[in-house]
This record gives sequence, C-alpha cells and structure tokens, in this order.
Amino acid sequence: MLVSINWIKDYVDLDGYDIKQLISKFTLATAEVEDIYYMGKDVQKVVVGEIKTLENHPNSKKLHLLTVDVGDKIVNCVCGAPNVAVGQKVAFACAGGRVVAGEIGKATVAGYESEGMCCSEKELGISDDHSGIMELDANLVNGTDIKEIFPIDDIVFEVDNKSLTNRPDLWGHYGIAREFAALTGQELKPLDLADLTSDSTAKVPVTVNDTEHVYRYSCLRMANITEHVSPMTIRIRLFYCGMRPINLLADLTNYIMMEIGQPTHAFDAKKIDHIKIGMPSEDIDFVTLDGTARKADKDTLLIYNNDEPVAIAGIMGGLDSEIVGDTSSVVLESANFDGVCVRKSSSRLGLRTDASARYEKMIDPELTLLAVKRFVKLVKDIDKGAVIDSQLTDEYVKKYPQITLSFDKAYVDRYTGIYISDERICNTLKLLGFGVELNDGIFTVTVPSWRATKDVTIKADIIEEITRIYGYDNFEIATTRSPLKPVQNSAARLESDEIKDLLVKKYSMHEVHSYIWCDKKKYKKLGIEVEDNVKILNIESSDNGVLRNSMLPTLLSVTYENRDFSEDFGVFEIGRIINGTKADGTCDEQRHLGVVLFSKTNSERNLYYKAVEIVNCIFEQVKHSAPKFRKITPAHAWQHPKNTAAIIAGDNEIGCICALHPNNLSKLDKSGAAVCIEMDLDMFSDAKALNIEFSEPSTKQATYYDLSLVIKPGITFAQIEETWKSMNIAELDNVKLIDTYEKLGIKSITIRFWFSSHERTLEMEEVQGWIDEILRKLSAIGVSLRV
Amino acid sequence: MNEKAESLQKLFKEKMDEIKLTSELEGLRVEFLGKKGHIADLMSELRSIPNDQKKEAGQRINTIKQFIETSIQQKLEELKKLEEQRLIDSAEVYDETFPCDTNTGSYSPITLVQREVEDIFLNMGFSIEDYSEVTDDYNCFEALNIPKHHPARDMQDTYYLSNGQLLKTHTSAAQNTILRKYAADLEKGLPLRAVFPSRCFRNEKIDACHENTFFQMEGMMVDKDISISNLIYFMKTMLSEVFQKDVTVRLRPGFFPFVEPGFELDIQCLICGGEGCASCKDSGWLELCPCGMIHPNVLTAGGVDPEKYSGFAFGLGLTRLAMMKYGIKDIRVFNSCNLKSLSQFTNSSFTVPEEKKED
Repeated sequence: MLVSINWIKDYVDLDGYDIKQLISKFTLATAEVEDIYYMGKDVQKVVVGEIKTLENHPNSKKLHLLTVDVGDKIVNCVCGAPNVAVGQKVAFACAGGRVVAGEIGKATVAGYESEGMCCSEKELGISDDHSGIMELDANLVNGTDIKEIFPIDDIVFEVDNKSLTNRPDLWGHYGIAREFAALTGQELKPLDLADLTSDSTAKVPVTVNDTEHVYRYSCLRMANITEHVSPMTIRIRLFYCGMRPINLLADLTNYIMMEIGQPTHAFDAKKIDHIKIGMPSEDIDFVTLDGTARKADKDTLLIYNNDEPVAIAGIMGGLDSEIVGDTSSVVLESANFDGVCVRKSSSRLGLRTDASARYEKMIDPELTLLAVKRFVKLVKDIDKGAVIDSQLTDEYVKKYPQITLSFDKAYVDRYTGIYISDERICNTLKLLGFGVELNDGIFTVTVPSWRATKDVTIKADIIEEITRIYGYDNFEIATTRSPLKPVQNSAARLESDEIKDLLVKKYSMHEVHSYIWCDKKKYKKLGIEVEDNVKILNIESSDNGVLRNSMLPTLLSVTYENRDFSEDFGVFEIGRIINGTKADGTCDEQRHLGVVLFSKTNSERNLYYKAVEIVNCIFEQVKHSAPKFRKITPAHAWQHPKNTAAIIAGDNEIGCICALHPNNLSKLDKSGAAVCIEMDLDMFSDAKALNIEFSEPSTKQATYYDLSLVIKPGITFAQIEETWKSMNIAELDNVKLIDTYEKLGIKSITIRFWFSSHERTLEMEEVQGWIDEILRKLSAIGVSLRV
Repeated sequence: MNEKAESLQKLFKEKMDEIKLTSELEGLRVEFLGKKGHIADLMSELRSIPNDQKKEAGQRINTIKQFIETSIQQKLEELKKLEEQRLIDSAEVYDETFPCDTNTGSYSPITLVQREVEDIFLNMGFSIEDYSEVTDDYNCFEALNIPKHHPARDMQDTYYLSNGQLLKTHTSAAQNTILRKYAADLEKGLPLRAVFPSRCFRNEKIDACHENTFFQMEGMMVDKDISISNLIYFMKTMLSEVFQKDVTVRLRPGFFPFVEPGFELDIQCLICGGEGCASCKDSGWLELCPCGMIHPNVLTAGGVDPEKYSGFAFGLGLTRLAMMKYGIKDIRVFNSCNLKSLSQFTNSSFTVPEEKKED
C-alpha cells in the first residue's frame, strides 16, 4: 500500500520530525516499508505563466510561438500543445528548471528560441494526463511557484501488504497516522465528519437476507450534486497512492477507502429503490463495472436492487448501476461483510480488488458510519449545493464483542524480560487507542473496535503493542537462566551420519536429494511403472501424483540422467518413502537408504559383490555385527528375478540388494551394469549392536592351511562356512577366501584357514585332523578338493 | 711362508682393484676367506712349518686375513655408496603436479549445512528431533493456532494426500509433538530446548527462487520466564555462530498465527555491512528468520500451561542458508540430482561472505 506523508500530516503534526527516520521506525514497530518515493523532487522552477501572445509556427501545423509572462519577465516559448490560448494561465517550466521528463534548458526548437515549456499534468508527475497543457485558475499570480499552489511535494512510502495481513486497521491513512502518533507521542487529530441530519424523511429500504455474512449495512442518499471533477489536492493524493482519478463521486469513494480503510460504493440513485443482500439461488451471470461478464455462484454474496443484482458484495459493483460523470444523485453503500466469504468469492471469481483486500482482513464494522459521515463532509465541502436526500439506513446485524484484557505488571516483566514503567505502558496503549486502567497493579485494557475483529484477543497481543512501540532495538538482551540439561544426539541420527560418511568417504558415492513423489515420465524411460500408493490430490502435474514406495526407481532415474557423469559412480539418498497406509489410515512413512551402483566398465557380478560388501561394511562399522542375506522373490517388476536378496538383521528383513531386470537394465544403459541397495534405517537403528569383546592375539606361531575346493552349482558360501562353524574349533582364528576360479562351468575357490593357540605352537597332525574333518563335512554337501 | 703371504696380499690388492660391483665382492671373499680359499690354504701349510716359526707365521696369516676382511668391508661400503649414488643419479624425478583422480564422493550441500548448524545447537544444549514428512491438518495447522478458513492456510499452498493427510508445509508442524514429548520434563524443572531439521513441501511453481521441496530447521525453547529479551539474545548468539562472525540483528513485527508477538528477524547484510548492496536490495538488511514468543494456544495444545511457562520458536531456512553460504543462485540445484553440480560438495569447508571493501 502506498502512503502519503501529506495525508498523514492531516491527522498528526509531524513538523520538525525527520520523516525518513520516522518511516524506518515504522518498519521496526509496525510494518515493513519497502520503498520511499520523494514526489515532486523532479519538479523545479515551474511557475504560473500567462500566455501573452500566440503565433502559428510558419513551417509547422502543430507548433505555436508563444510569449509567456512568468512574473519577473516575458519569455519566448515554442509549444506543441493543442489547447494553448492567449490569456491562459499555465504551469510553465522555466529554463534551468526540471520536469519529470528531465531538465529544461534554453533551446532552439524548429528554428525559434524557446526558454521553457508549458507543462501537462503528466510532466509534473501528478497524473497520467498528457492530452494537453494544464490550465490554471485565472486568478493566480504570474511567477508563483506551482508547488505553492498544489501539494506536489510529498513523501510517499510503500508498505508491504503482506506485513499488514493481520492489521485491518492499517489499510487506510488514518490507521497509519495513529501509528505515527504513537511513535512520536503526538496527538491523533479526529476525522472531520458531517452531521447526517436531513430534511428528507425518506429512507433507502435495506433487507438483509443473509444475516450470517453481512455484519453491517449502512447507506444514505445524496442529491443535487453538480460538481463532477475532484479538486487537484484529492486527485494528486489518489494518484500518488496508485489510484487513477475518475470523477468526483468515484474519487471520493476511493479517497475514503484510502483514508479510513472502509470500502464504499456509490450507486446511481436512479437505479436503486430497495436494496436486498443475499446469495443467489443458482449461478448467475453478472457484468461488473470493469465491463467483464462474470459467473457468480451460489456462495457469492450479492447486493440486489429488488431482485436485480447490482454488485458483488465487498468486491465490485455492477456496470448497470455505475455512476457516470453527470450523476447528480447517489446512494452510498458503506457496509461490512464476512471476510472469509469475500476472500473465497474473490478467489473463485479471480477478482481481487482494493475493497476485497480490505474485507478479507476483517475490518471494523464501526467504520461504516464514519465512512458515510466523511463522504457527506467531503461532498458538501466540494459541492455547496449537494444535499442529504434520505435518513441514514443502518442495519447493524452482527457486532464483535467488546474485548477487555487484564494482567499484572509481573506478567509484562516476565514476558518482556526488561523493565518498562507503568506510565509508559499506559501511555503507549492510550496513544494506540486502547482504554487502560491501572488499579492495585492490575492493568485492565479495553481493545478498540478497530483492533478487536481478530487482531488483539489475548494479553500476549498487548505485550506486542507495548514492546513494538518501546522498540525492539531498545531492548536490553539477556541469556536465559534455565538449568543445564545434557543432550544426546539420537542414535538413529548418528547412524545416518555414519552411513553417509562411509558411503561418501570409503565408497566415493554422491549424496542426492530427490522428490518424495514418483516421476512417471522419468520412470517410463527406464520401463518402470509407477506402483499404486497414496496420491497427492493437488499437484500441478498428474505425472507426479503418486508418492514413492521405494527410493530406488527415482535413484535409477538419477543414475540414468547422470550416465555421462562418469564411467563408474554411485548415488545414494537417505529420505522418506511411503509404504501405503497403516491400519489407522495414516501413511506408513519410513526412513530409507537407497543406493545405486553404476558402472560401464565393471561387470554386474562385481557390482553385486560390491553391494554385498557395502552392506557388510555398514553393519560392521555401525553395529559391529554382520547381516544375513536371503534370496527373495522380487517385490517390484524392475528387480532381477534371481538376483534379489533380502538384507536380514536379527530376524527382520530390513532391506534388499538387487540387480535389475534385463528389460530395465538395457534401458538404463545398453552395456552398463547397475545394482541397488535399499534399507529401512529405522529398522536398522533398532537392530542390535554388538559390543567389541577384546581378545589378546596369540603370541605363538600361527599356522595356515589352504584348501582349493570345487563347488557344485547351488551351493552358497554360507553352507560351506557352516561346516567349520559347526565344529567350534577354538584354534581356528580366521578364514579367508583368497581366490575364486571358474572354468568350463566348474566353480572353484581357495580358502585359507588360520590356526593358532594361546598356549602352544600347534602340531601339523592336529591341524590336519581338523582339515580332514572339514573336508569330510564338505563332501557331504557336494564340495570336494580340487585335483 | 713370508713370500707366499706377500704374494697373496699382492694378489688380493690386484683383484680388489678390479672390483666394481658389490656382487663381485662375494666371489672375492670366497676366493680368499672361504673354506677352500687362499687363507685356508696358507693355514694348512702352517702344519709343515717348524714350531719355533709357527707363531710368527700364524700371526702373519692372521694379519693378512684381517687386512682382507677389513678391505672387503670397506670396499663394500664404498661400493654401496657408489651404487646408491648411481640410483639417485638415474632416478626418475616425480611430478607432484601430475593430474590424479581422487575419486571423491560428495554430500548434499544441505547435509553439510545441517551438520554444521546441528553442532551449534547441540553445543548450546538443544536436542535434535526427528519428524515425519507426512503429517495431518491438526499438527500442521490446528495445533498451531491456524483455524480453518484462516488465510495462513491459503498462504501456504499445501499438498493434500488421498488418505486425508498432507505433506508438511513447515517444520512448525512438529511443535505440538515436541511440546508433548517434553511437557513432563518441564514440570520437573528441565527446560525444553529442541531443534528439528526437516524437509517441507509447498505447492509452488518452481523457478530459480522457488522450490516445492526444501529444508527448514525449527527451534524452540520453553521454560519458566523465557522472555523477548532472551529471544533476541539467543538469536543473535546463534546466528553469530552460524555465520562465524558477530552479526547485528533487528526485529520487526511479523505475523504468524503460532507466535505472539511474532517477528521477522533481519541481519545486517554480511556482504555490504549495512551500507546497501545488490544482495540486500540496498536496504542493508537481509530478512533471515521468522521467530516469536510461542502463542499461548500452541502451548496449551501441546499440554504446556501458558500461565506457568513461556517460550520462543524460530525457523531457519536451511536451503536458504546453504544458498547464502555457498553462493548458490538457483535453488533448483538442491533437488537437481545433477552430479556435475553436486559432486563439488566434498566436505563442509566454505567461506563466510567477505565484506567488500571499496577500492
């Protein structure tokens, strides 16, 4: 919202204050000021000039050669305006002066000397009108500075509308003036209002059919209005505040809205005999005064004349009942409608207006009467012949309750943490319009009507009023006196961090963050179907409407998109997936780790074993334990039917390792390989961590024995391992796979067994005994010595 | 005997002079000192020498033997030195500037900033809480004093889910849960200090400045007598840690239904020091985090008595912080999954924006 300091000065005496400083105080105490404009700074040495002589330019149809009396001398001027005439008084920019477009110098125009310029309103920055030069009152004295006649100099600042969301009282200059009064300690002057007594006994009939959404409806008829153009002061103020002057009555409704924040609407009185307010029984078409046909639905509050809609309540009037330049009789509507109703209608209609913006904020219903009185006052001041042509109609349907709040000084002290005197508290609140009483240390505060619609309802709100005017910059700041409380980072969080470090630092992988929803288009490139899951109802693209139930499809897409990044890389993410809904209908949200290993140089087999190593490493480094694996039937179509295995911690399946289905792999990369890991980190976190049980290494000579074994297909290493594990040989220190070999479909491995004892150096016969036993057990499962 | 000894010594000297490599020395040693070497031969001849000369002859042989041993040892050392020198002379000179592939992994920049900020809060006695990404109307709005039809619900365009839940629009959605978790502790006299970093979602069009998925960190402190004065002190201290320099803060009134009073906290621009520059749109200030005293209704909803306790809450945009710290201009980088961008974030090192000095 644009705010004019000249306008504010109507209500607060700001003489002697540094305005810029006040505005920055306003930012800190009230609402954010985004910009300050110094109006009129580009208008210099523009004076009243009288056109003395006028000749047509010999070579131009448009140009005239003028002599202009600028008070102390007569100057020449070449002028192109169409409406120039001898005897006319004009705003004349002298050479050496400035207008909005730039500096004015002595110049030769079309062969003739010109020592200045006759200005249009636009050139003075006071309107958009550039149709001709501005004609001034004939009584003005030549040479008078134009700024002495019109309030061209002004400071206008722009307040961020968002920061006014909760302050319905600040949507007009008067409310902002009240803030300036509180900030300076100056008195807020009362509004200049008219008395509404009238000779007329007529009354505009008003029927409120919707008593839920209409808070108050006031209206009054005025007649005999013959002035149609607003005074320059009003036009300049409106223009500076971003509004376009139209005609006197329309300008005044805007002026009042900008002044006190109450939207009003002037109907052509000829078109109004009985006002009814309600919602239509069915959708209707309605042309608003901007000439646009709109559809108002059954939840839109409308103003009717009899049964004919004439306005959309709180948003915009209709074209048919619009006042025009020569309207002499008006019905002024000044009403208060439900903010939520207006906001919703305005958003359904796609029509946001200055009026709807104000109603949305829930403005004070007390304002309606003030607006009527102010309107009458302004009309009568401008047009002496205008008369009030009816009694006031005032349907006050819903009143906000009076709010009174009580608190003691200790509350203020506790909440602010600083000392603010009783006197200062009382003064601040009074300046802001609150009623305050202080008895026996208890403050009793009455909230003024303009703050009582939603803004100030509890005592903490009063703290804000006191402290913001006190100034947060003036606060003495202090640390809390709370006792110490040791905190620990949660195990799950630490574990996630360890896993991230391991994957980044040991396995050189890259962490990414991806969206929580599936991307159908991207999945499709890899031949991955989006599986049924909880949906997002209002996402922009329906391609992203389903939440992910696994980290991996997205990570595979990421891999696909980065396939030119490097020959070999891994990506991972720790994030959330939604595994459908739980019994109570809420989302089963899980914290998962997803990993994709990709390589154009390595075989799938190698990647798969790398993935196994990574999972083992995570278990070892984080839990000091080892996972188990079990081949499972894939849960997803894109997983490899044979090479998908569950990761098992304790007795729980907590994730999987999988290669890709050849169909999906070929789409990912024709010659590359990819292997995935996914793990539920909450389940991992719940898995038991083993303690380190330290054992002193043996000082005796250790002996090793290598066995090269031929393995039948289908036999897993876990089965082989079981043979010596079942023997519980205390002296067996370590077993290492040192070689694997495959030729002509025959798989063989070499295993090295390390034996040692704490007490003695082992005899070869003893070792041979164990080895023989192991071999015997192995042959039982079809594993034999390679010969 | 003497002549033989003389000639043996002479022979040794001649042979020794010819030796150029340590490997040849062993042959020489065997030839003279070995079991069947010249010295052994001489020793065997001792038997045939008359007894009265034996002692002298023996000594003579020993002298030669010692001479040979010492010579070989000396020669060995000489040759070793020579050989080492040859190795040095012929050694390849390595080039440290030769390109190498560190094949380093990388973190999400959010992880790096989050860790840094979490450390600060842990050090200040805050617990770090976890909260889901999916939540419900109650936690996201109702418990935060945002009733139905409140414009704040329009302001935050929410992703609503088919099961009636929603994706949380702000980390404040965790406030109710956190308050409930610690309400009993408060009664025991233990303050509530908690932060909760998490991902938030808003139904927004994505461009360089807007993302529908971003990270925030919420913080709360609740105890008896927590005041606005404490809030300002804390925010200043915390932000000075985050930016690793003394920051100047200012508070402006800001409206958020879950705080009262509510503030917008600005920090003096770190680039220009408050003079006004492009980063701060010439205002000298950067709007950084919303904060305020927790609304009594929010405390009540969380099972905390607002007549006994008060507290403050604040929100810190982790994504925004990461943008400031790393000079990332386009917010889309974070969720791009583009490794060309993201692989740069190999560790947490970053520089605090420097004040630019006028030339």
